[in-house]
Parts: sequence; C-alpha cells; structure tokens
Amino acid sequence: MKAPEIEFTFDGTTVTAEHGQSVAAALIADGQRTWRHTRIGGAPRGVFCGIGICFDCLITINGRPNQRACLIEVRQGDVIATQEGTGHAELSC
Amino acid sequence: MPNYPADQDRYDIAVVGAGPAGLAAAASAARAGARVALIDAGARPGGQYWRNRPGDTGKLHHGWRIFTALRDELHRRADRIAHLTQHSVWHVGPGDDESMRWQVHAATPDGQRRVGASALIIATGAYDRQIPFPGWTLPGVYAAGAVQALLKGNGVLAGRRFVVGGTGPFLLAVAAGLADAGADVAGVFEAGSPAGFARAPLAVARNAAKMSEGVHYTATMLRRRIPYHTRAAITAAHGESQVSGVTVAKLDRNWNIIAGSENRIDCDTVAVGYGFTPQLELALQLDCDTHLDVDGSLVATADAGQRSSVDNVYLAGEVCGVAGAAASVTEGHIAGLHAAAAVGAHSVDASALRRLTRQRSALRSFATAMHTTFPVASGWTTWLDDDTTVCRCEEITVGDVDDAITELGAIDARAVKLYARPGMGMCQGRVCGYATGCLVAARADRPTSADDLRGVARRPIAQPVPLGDLASEDSRF
Amino acid sequence: MTDVVIIGGGVIGAACAYYCTAAGLSVTVIERGAIGGGTTAACEGNILLSDKQPSAELDLSLLSARLWAVLADKLGPDTLEYQTKGGVVVATTDDVSSALADLTVQQRAAGIDAVDLDRDELLALEPHLNPGVVGGAFYAQDSQVQPMLATARLLQSVRAAGATVLSGTAVVGFDRGGDGRLLGVRTDSSSRQLVRAPWIVNAAGTWAAQIADLAGAPLPILPRRGFVLVTEPMPRVVRHKVYTAEYVANVAASSAALETSTVVEGTTAGTVLIGASRERVGFDRTFSLPVIRRLAAGAVALFPFLADVSLLRSYLGFRPYCPDHLPVIGADPRAPGLIQATGHEGAGIGLAPGTGALIAQLITGAATDLDLAPFRPDRFQEVRAS
Repeated sequence: MKAPEIEFTFDGTTVTAEHGQSVAAALIADGQRTWRHTRIGGAPRGVFCGIGICFDCLITINGRPNQRACLIEVRQGDVIATQEGTGHAELSC
Repeated sequence: MPNYPADQDRYDIAVVGAGPAGLAAAASAARAGARVALIDAGARPGGQYWRNRPGDTGKLHHGWRIFTALRDELHRRADRIAHLTQHSVWHVGPGDDESMRWQVHAATPDGQRRVGASALIIATGAYDRQIPFPGWTLPGVYAAGAVQALLKGNGVLAGRRFVVGGTGPFLLAVAAGLADAGADVAGVFEAGSPAGFARAPLAVARNAAKMSEGVHYTATMLRRRIPYHTRAAITAAHGESQVSGVTVAKLDRNWNIIAGSENRIDCDTVAVGYGFTPQLELALQLDCDTHLDVDGSLVATADAGQRSSVDNVYLAGEVCGVAGAAASVTEGHIAGLHAAAAVGAHSVDASALRRLTRQRSALRSFATAMHTTFPVASGWTTWLDDDTTVCRCEEITVGDVDDAITELGAIDARAVKLYARPGMGMCQGRVCGYATGCLVAARADRPTSADDLRGVARRPIAQPVPLGDLASEDSRF
Repeated sequence: MTDVVIIGGGVIGAACAYYCTAAGLSVTVIERGAIGGGTTAACEGNILLSDKQPSAELDLSLLSARLWAVLADKLGPDTLEYQTKGGVVVATTDDVSSALADLTVQQRAAGIDAVDLDRDELLALEPHLNPGVVGGAFYAQDSQVQPMLATARLLQSVRAAGATVLSGTAVVGFDRGGDGRLLGVRTDSSSRQLVRAPWIVNAAGTWAAQIADLAGAPLPILPRRGFVLVTEPMPRVVRHKVYTAEYVANVAASSAALETSTVVEGTTAGTVLIGASRERVGFDRTFSLPVIRRLAAGAVALFPFLADVSLLRSYLGFRPYCPDHLPVIGADPRAPGLIQATGHEGAGIGLAPGTGALIAQLITGAATDLDLAPFRPDRFQEVRAS
C-alpha cells in the first residue's frame, strides 16, 4: 500500500511526496538535483552522501537555512527553497 | 523550549546509535537488567544498514528478521529501554557528579537535551569513504550509500542510467539493488581485484551467511547482465550542471591509470564509494585510543570485552572496524552484556559470551580477508588535476593542498589543514579527511599513518549547534 | 655555520627570521612540530592598539603595527589575509562607558587613533549590535591577519633568501664554551645533531620556559589557556573586530581562575570567531563546555543574530603568560649568546614584527628602535627571589 501523500512547495511550485520521505528524496523524485550553490565558486550542489555527514544537501526549510535535506522528513505544507552560498544572505551588511 | 524533567535523564547505560550494533547493545543490556537510553538521530531504528520506510516489509533488506526481532524487543522492553529518536548527539563529556559518569548532549526538534549515564556504548557506525576525482562534485554524482539510502529508506531511484564505481563488495549490493528496482546499470567498476579472496578460504568458509549475500548479488548481476569490471575505476565525471557521463579506465595494481585504456560512458547518475570509515568523533572527544585498521581507515580500539581505552566507554560495530552488520550485532551484544555487568556489579552470562565471541571472531576474520582483498592503493592521487576539488565544503583544490606542502612547508595533514583549510567547512573533514591524509602522505612518498588521519578527525562538536542553544539559560549544561 | 639559530617556528620565530635575514644574517629556524603549529595556530590573528594602555607594550605595539603594514605590502595583503578593518570597543553600561572615555583620552595622548562613539554611531558602524549598547570607541589602526599563512609566508620568504628552516626537529640542549657562552644547540635530528651559532634566539612561546631552563636562564612563563569558537560560514555580518570593554581589564588580571570577555570578528573565509577566555590550568587540552557556554552567551548578548548561527568547532591555545604581562625581549646576561623573544601572552601576532626587528637590531649591533629595558629577561630575579 502506498504511503499517504504530502504536498509541499519548492521555490513556489507544489510538489507531492510520500509520508516518511526525506526532503532530498522528495525533490529527487520530482526531478530536482540542485538546490544550492556554493558560496565561493557558485557550484551547483544537492545530495552527495545521503546520510547527513557531508552537508552538501543544505536547503532552506520554512525560513531556516542550512537544513540537511537528506535527514529531514518532509511535512505537509513545508515551504522549501533553494539557498545560495551561506544561506544567511539577508544578514549581510 | 520544554525542559526535560531531571528524573528522565539518568540511565545506567547510554547507547549512541540505533543501527545493528546499538540495537543489539540495548537489547542485551536491558535483558541483563540495566536501564538503557538508546539515543539515535533518526526517526526510526535501523541505522544505515536497516534504513527503512514506514510500513517497510524488508523486501530490499538483508537480515530483516534479525532487525524486526530487535525492534520488537525494543518495544517489549520499553520499561527498560528509552528509545530517544531524533536526538542528534553533538558532544559527550564528563557528568556532573559521581552517580553520572557521562553526560550526552543532544539536539532534538524540541530543544537541547542532556542524558546522563554510568556507562556509554558508542555504536555510531560508519559512512562511505571517498577519494576525489575530476568532476566528482557534479550533481548526480552520489556516494554509493546515498543511492542505497534513497532506495531503501525512501523508495526513490536516484536516477535512470547508473555507473557504479569504487572498491569493495558494497558496490555489488548497490548495483543489484538498483537493477532490481528497475534502473539501468551500465557497469560496476571495481578498482581492486577480488581474486585475492581465494587466498583466504578459511575465513570464507566460516562465513556461509555472508557468502550467500554475496552470491545473491552476483546472481542478480549475472541475470541482469550488469558488466563487472575489475582493476577499473571512474577516473572523471563530466557534465555542465549535472553529470552526463564518466571516463572509466583500467588500473595497474597500484591504481595508476593504464595509458590508452580510457573510455567514455554516458550516464546520468554515478554511485561511488571506496569502502567505509567510522564516525569517530565521540570516541575522539573522550580520548579513546584509535588505530589504523587493515582497510586503511582510522578506527577506535576495542578489547575483547568491547571496552575502549577509557573506563566505562564501550565500542561496538563499525566504529571499531568496518566488518558488516552481523559483526556489529554480535559486538553490540557483547558490549551490552559487559556494560550491564559493570554497572550492575554482577557477572556476565559466560556461555552466551563464549558463543558471541566465537561469532565475532569468525566475522572479523572474514572482514579482514575482505579488507586485504580491497585495499586502496595510492595511485589514485595521479588521477587528479590541479583544479580537482579535494574539500567539497570549502572548495579547496589539489593545487591548494600542493601549495601548502611545497610553498608553505606543511609537513603533515594537520599543517595542510591549517594553511589551506581542507576540513574546515561544515562537514569538518568527514568527507575529505581520508583523501587529504592520503594525499599528503603520498606527496611525501610515505604510507598514510594513523596520525595523518587523526590530524583531520578530531571534532569537539559532532553536529553544528546554534549559539543560542549553547547560551540558553534553560539548558542545564 | 649559521649566524643565528631561532628556536621556534611560530609567528615570533618567523618574524625574527625575517628581519635577521633582511639584515644580512644567515639564519636557521628549528621548530619541533609544524611551522606555526603552536599557539600561532590557535589565535585570531589580531594586531591591536585598542587594548593597550600607555606603556612599553603600547610602544612596541605601535612599532609592530607599522611594520605589519609594510610586511603586508611587501608580501601581498591577500596572501596574509591582512585586513585593516579597525576595532570597535563596546561599553554595555554607563560605568564602563565613562571608564572607556577616560582611557581613550590617555590613548590618544600616547599616539593611538581612538575616537569616542555614542550609541547611534556604534550601531552605524556595526548594524547587528545589540541596540542596548551604551557607547564605545573606534580604533582605525586595529587590523587582522591570518596567522598561519603569515607565519608560513614569512618563513617561505626567508627560505628563498637562503635561510634554513627545520621542522619536526626539537632542541634538546645547548652547547656551552668554557667561558659559559652558548656555542650552539643540540637537536633530536639524526642528521643535524649540533647546530652552532654565535646567537640563539628563544622564540619557543609557551614552551620557552623549558628552553630557558636548558640554557640555565629560567623564565617564569606559564600557559594561559584560551578557547575560540568558530561559526558556520557567514556573509559579512561583523565589519570590524568588536569586543566589550571588559577585555582590557581581563588582560591585565593575573588570576588563575577563568575570566571571559566577549570578542567577535569575521574572517576572510566567512566564519565568525568568538573569544575570549583566559585561565591558568597548565597545559590541559580538555574541551570545556562551561567555557564554551560562557563565550556563546557573551557573543549572543552582544550580537543577538548569532543565536541562530551555528557553532561548527572550537579550538584552544596556550598563551605564553608573564607575571607582569610584558614580553621578554633581549639578550640574557645569564646565558651569553642567548636572546629571549617570548612571553607575548595574547598579543603575539600583533607584536611579532616589532619583536623581530628589535632582535635583528640587537644582533647586528644597530640602535634598537625601542628601549629594551622594560622587556629585559633578567627582570624576574626579583620576582623569583621573593
């Protein structure tokens, strides 16, 4: 039996996921691989290690940056966004 | 932030990690009468090896019945085992007083929490070991473990057309799992040559179960006609915004590329892994002895009773040497029995211990045979360009590392880290530590030492912690 | 045969090597571990005038800060990550604010560029400061450098000029002539067991007391432990080195017990560094969560946005502490041939080029830019005798 479905938004677009999936898995299932660019080289990144040790898959969830997408289970109504660089651009002065 | 009541926070034994080793440790300790806190970052037990989805029936797993038995025991013994999920341990330090030798500091979705215990069992497992190659930072290049986690833990295929590379039997498990799930696996590229396995027939003979797992994978590979190349590796990944193909090449026994042997293979996904390396930070925080294991990884040193070099700290599973799930379960049981006896001042069940010790010995010798069959040879350092990324987090290149050595006079990995900053980023050297240590040793024309790896392995904070949490008056640090 | 042996390849030893080499002397640096791997690797890279009261130390700081600017220009500011960012000292109570205003009067009279700031001016300089701050001061001359890079670059330049730098080599003793004059050092290297030189500089930092003992010229240098917190990488959020005015009182205190003040600054790499703690616990390298907590609390109180910024790691170091808080610079009459260049406590980076220049002048017989009497190595006889 398929798990109940969850809807969340990724950069404003609605995405469907299964209950119990990580944010990373949901995005990959939706065809997304890149949701971050590095702060020095602007290089595209998404999942690498998949188990929470590499910190490549950092993403902004409900306004909080630098969440490891591979560790966090997606929840109904989550607002998920790509993040650039440090994820703290709004603090720059 | 809710304060957790003080009486919830003290246990006889704290087990960190709810994978095969931790589950077994908690079970054995509880059976022996101890009050156990099983502390794990995940939402569900199983660690990596038994990573599962809600409602999972174990079709994609091995040893599922062992897992479900341990999980059921966890529920049955809820009065003795507090299973603390989504508790991400960032530090273990000395306790406040005599009655609480250790203080485990964990971040939870509901705030910071401290858990006290008289004895600690570290069962934090391991993760894929990586060596860099040109293009390895492209999206779509994944650790072999990531592909497994996506599949087993989420029911998601990481891509459509895969190339799998690296070293070790895990590659077969990954390839077989992918193929069974409907993926197109263009090939598996094993840098070593498992023919050496034949040199250790006794170890193989003692481990029929392990072999049947391997036989299953091999059967799948044959049935699905997945090419398995030995003495071959993925030496570069290509693509613009994501991977679109790889270069594979034949290697000599030192892992140097055999000139003219390169080939391009189109693919959209790469799964790569060169063995495993333990999650050592808690053991290092407590000053446990470590050593270089047969596979070249830095591991924590455990004695026959699974004791570390520090009193009242036990080690079980991959953290004291990568040997697979069965060995982890066995060691978890041994550690649980000894720890419970130590805190309860009663003696261990001797016959159970004898049986477990025999099992461990058989499984460890199999692992040793595997490791000597799949060593990493230093020739990989010749695959790299100056602009190949070594440290993914800080985008430090091979050229930066070499400058630190040749221009700035760095003599070891720690000095390279100080000058060029590999290992200073968010992952604190977990991914690049092994490669940096080996690269520095290779440039100095010497074998990689334990000190090379220790130089990049110590992490007093095992997970990033918000400064506000550290500063909070609510938290009772 | 070398003119000068320098014991210690940290920032002080590197600066001594640089200026001695520039003065035409042949130099051999002997470092027992990795270059810059001692206290130099555990600091923040500060070049400060702001925390100095009028004193011999201030005079040395002024000289040294000028020389850092020259060095940065020569070696390239980017290679040293040299930033003339300026320092902002913050008072959080009226009492401290008026005490600070008194201090800046004295500092200006002694040649420091210190400008008093009211609350609004403070917040204009550092928008993320807690709006509850009362007042402060701005020190344009405060700057920062990456200490390991600077040390490595200084030594790289002396190697290019022909000096010898031995790392992984420890000094285990001294060779003495019949007249008691030092003739050279003995090392644990199999290929260079004895290195002869007419001048030997003890720049062994927090371990200088051990070297000084071997030479028969003891120094009362003790380790004063400090922790630094390192955050996740950030965009520029703190523009200057910012610290609370209590810092000045902390440095001058001599208690062995834990003292903390709040120091926050950004780095070229993007991490924010948070200090500062001082305690005398010997060479205890154990991580201390209570200290880390206090430093975090101080930083969050000063910059509330830091509450949601993550700590990635911490490191610790041992400052070489002298009982009178002045470094030890000069020829040591108790061991002819020995020059002490150590005891810089928490100001080693800032004071390095000044120290190096003075050492080179001493050895070549040139007039020293400063009177070295306040720094003389044998000033402690009275302390030890009492």
